[in-house]
Amino acid sequence: MSKLRVLVGTRKGAFILTSDGKREKWDVSGPHFAGWEMYHLKGSPADPNRIYASQTSGWFGQVIQRSDDGGKTWTQPGTPPGERTTPEGMPKGESNKFVYDISTETGKPLTTHQWYDGTQHPWEFKRVWHLEPSLTDPDTVYAGVEDAALFRSKDGGKSWQELSGLRGHGSGPGWQPGAGGMCLHTIVLDPSNPQRMFIAISAAGAFRTDDAGRTWRPINRGLKSQYIPNPEAEVGHCVHRIAMHRSRPSVLFMQKHWDVMRSDNAGDLWQEVSGNLPTDFGFVIDVHAHEPETIYVVPIKSDGEHFPPDGKLRVYRSRSGGNEWEALTKGLPQSDCYVNVLRDAMAVDSLDRCGVYFGTTGGQVYASADAGDTWAPIVRDLPAVLSVEVQALP
Amino acid sequence: MIRVILPPHLRGLARVSGEVKLEIEGQATQRSVIDALEASYPMLRGTIRDHVTQQRRPFLRFFACEEDLSHEPPDAPLPDAVASGAEPLLILGAIAGG
Repeated sequence: MSKLRVLVGTRKGAFILTSDGKREKWDVSGPHFAGWEMYHLKGSPADPNRIYASQTSGWFGQVIQRSDDGGKTWTQPGTPPGERTTPEGMPKGESNKFVYDISTETGKPLTTHQWYDGTQHPWEFKRVWHLEPSLTDPDTVYAGVEDAALFRSKDGGKSWQELSGLRGHGSGPGWQPGAGGMCLHTIVLDPSNPQRMFIAISAAGAFRTDDAGRTWRPINRGLKSQYIPNPEAEVGHCVHRIAMHRSRPSVLFMQKHWDVMRSDNAGDLWQEVSGNLPTDFGFVIDVHAHEPETIYVVPIKSDGEHFPPDGKLRVYRSRSGGNEWEALTKGLPQSDCYVNVLRDAMAVDSLDRCGVYFGTTGGQVYASADAGDTWAPIVRDLPAVLSVEVQALP
Repeated sequence: MIRVILPPHLRGLARVSGEVKLEIEGQATQRSVIDALEASYPMLRGTIRDHVTQQRRPFLRFFACEEDLSHEPPDAPLPDAVASGAEPLLILGAIAGG
């Protein structure tokens, strides 16, 4: 019998929810790191008991945590608690250190981006939004940060180096913060090509590397955004999320600020697939674990009203890769519901009957064990949920 | 011996309860106390002062002897009562954001 582990990051701590393969009864562990904003937790595909977590605070800054036992115990990589020395010498607390690369040797580092008022503003590290462990090496993990940049650790999170070719792409002075800040929030690794990776930034757009992060190019052709002077500009689009099915890594799905999009050529060109959605604003998008044309979104009324239309919390599923959508409502509140579902707060499991999970700003985590046909809350009263990930364990 | 009171979030991070007691060689200043604190609790590096600039994080304050010492130079001597251990140095988060 498989076991499920759902990793939930919230505004005031992390929670780990576990169940057997039936996904009916859940044990709740937490809060871990109580009082801290837990932007994201994610397990290594190569070693599921290794979990990386982003712990952050407007007061105390960024902390990276790592568990090697499935979330039972945590340490800051390289800094064992209570120990003055490690096999490598004195702990230096380097795991929390994210310093932008300003060297002339490694690319063309930029020093400013566009600020809210249109002036140029220096890059300032604020927090880690998203952690993406390598598909093959438990010690390698990528971090998407605010202000937007991509970092990588190759030593289990002990130290971090910027992949500065992204900021050095040349379009950086045109990147600007969205309402949530200028964040690199999405990192998608191509399982068939270790040289290829996709990232997304609010509000710059999507980018792709084909040389393992050394150089990048924007992949925003086909996007249209009315909130920027040139709606079809190369950069400046507020991409909220990108999803991929591992069997077809050239097919990408995107929830943009407005518009649900699809690309069949690794982002070279996008087409809109919003179809009959009640609104095409939203944050999350994900793909069924076994059906690469089945995708999920949660429509949100608008950028000014971050809650579901008509007070009805509905997941929409398309079995045709977009355009034709059906509302999934069984078990979800269908009146007076005014929560939001943030961009990192949806995940799917890989059991035979694909499970779908999402968390809300109202503190609920909903799960469906039948690919979205029916839903039930795992928990109802957590702090606002920032991220949801799921692991299927043997 | 210097006594330091950390805010609850940092006590949790450092896995300590109550006051932290530190031995300082030389003059007790904000810098020497934070240096000693980070040497004993490296998990706190970057949480009180910036990793690179070494400046106090903007929403943290240093109080002692009923005075706000946050804007004192980092190498200014701390009050005698703090240096002698009679009074603690308080590091606390500003009340901002609820």
